[in-house]
Amino acid sequence: MALEDLCHFRDIFQEDITTERFSIASAISSQESPSAFPLPTNLPFTSSQTVPLPFPMAHGTTTLAFMFQGGVLAAADTRSSCSGLVACPASQKILPIHSHLVGTTSGTSADCMLWKRILARELRLYQLRHSRRLSTRGAAKLLSHMLHPFKGTELCVAATLCGWDGGELFYVCSDGTRLEGMLFSVGSGSPYAYSILDQGVRWGLTVEEATSVAREAVYRATHRDAYSGNFVDVFHITSKGWTRRKREDLKEEYYREKESD
Amino acid sequence: MLSAQTFGDPGKMKDYHYTGPVEHRFSPYAFNGGTVLAVAGDDFAIVASDTRLSEGYSIHSRDSPKCYKLTDTTVIGCSGFHGDCLTLTKIIDARLKMYKHSNNKTMTSGAIAAMLSTILYGRRFFPYYVYNIIGGLDEEGKGAVYSFDPVGSYQRDTYKAGGSASAMLQPLLDNQIGFKNMEGVQHVPLTKEKAVQLVKDVFISAAERDVYTGDALRICVITKKGIDEQTLPLRKD
Repeated sequence: MALEDLCHFRDIFQEDITTERFSIASAISSQESPSAFPLPTNLPFTSSQTVPLPFPMAHGTTTLAFMFQGGVLAAADTRSSCSGLVACPASQKILPIHSHLVGTTSGTSADCMLWKRILARELRLYQLRHSRRLSTRGAAKLLSHMLHPFKGTELCVAATLCGWDGGELFYVCSDGTRLEGMLFSVGSGSPYAYSILDQGVRWGLTVEEATSVAREAVYRATHRDAYSGNFVDVFHITSKGWTRRKREDLKEEYYREKESD
Repeated sequence: MLSAQTFGDPGKMKDYHYTGPVEHRFSPYAFNGGTVLAVAGDDFAIVASDTRLSEGYSIHSRDSPKCYKLTDTTVIGCSGFHGDCLTLTKIIDARLKMYKHSNNKTMTSGAIAAMLSTILYGRRFFPYYVYNIIGGLDEEGKGAVYSFDPVGSYQRDTYKAGGSASAMLQPLLDNQIGFKNMEGVQHVPLTKEKAVQLVKDVFISAAERDVYTGDALRICVITKKGIDEQTLPLRKD
């Protein structure tokens, strides 16, 4: 970033969290930060109807996340559909927020992407101001409170936040829901995913077993749900941070299964 | 562009059957047609658009290209509602100048894409009716294509078609550039000459089957030497 270059600012949070305090007040100059992001804080002009849109928004998905002894696992499909047309077959629905927090997104893709960006910015500011990371519980509450002014509008965000430190898996929705849990699946394909997960998820799973259950759940959901499909992404969060498994094409899996029949 | 059939009652074409009394409200949007395409290669990017500006059954202009040059390494293609396309490109130009004056460097393609996403989302409840595709070179000199939806969701692609004929062109690009749904083919990297020829063929096909696409094709080829523009005639009917 230009301001960072100018101040020769050294980012201490790129490494592991250390307990020693580091005074960064000297590193930040007195210049003002670049113009703020134009947050849509104004509510629509009438409360009953907004301008009718001539185009459909991108919706529909299968995402899931669960906790087990080896950490937190998050998986999602990659199809972004727009009322019958696949707008993008390779979108990313699991967005890393920082090194130890990952969020799955469901609902309108633009809303989810932008609100994740806003959340990442607010968490970073918190980290710089308080010299420690905000917990997952705190991040969930922050996101929920940021979305509250838009309750009743057409904003549609249903995210699960999967993090490591303090309170690990939360579901936040733009209608105001904020829940802590061990297992969540969100989206149009979630009923199918729940059936696989309810059968296969136990606390004592190994990482490989957990990955294969998550992958299987997404695969079955994409098979039955028209609005889910294409690839599957799997993220694994541990005390060392998040790791991402290589994106897998489910078409291959389908043909492999057909051949073995 | 999806027809009225897909939204209304299937089997009854809304424009030709009486479906009950309808209240006609003023709509701030209009659909001006047009198709935009962008392809990224190893050291080049191509942004192409047709030049027809239409509304309903009329053609307003046969020479209204939809590619706008932003910087020496970035071109944006905007299709949809022409009024919003013009305003959006003015806003982007102003923000580019502001960035240049504050930071003393030109915005990179990735930065322009991130900025455009926030500009579009700033109007989340009264969106710009524009389908944007940015084509350019990234900091390493490789080709980059960023495709957007009208409210700001974006991602980096290798190729993307947007606008009225996008649903027809995207599967063809998936097959020819992405080698999708073909078994046992060798994945050869795309050369600039082959990409330009492919874009020309693809637009000729689009002009055949989409009424809003035609008249002429404007191709902008972006390499580290600069931006090279060519114009090619298409069907005028």
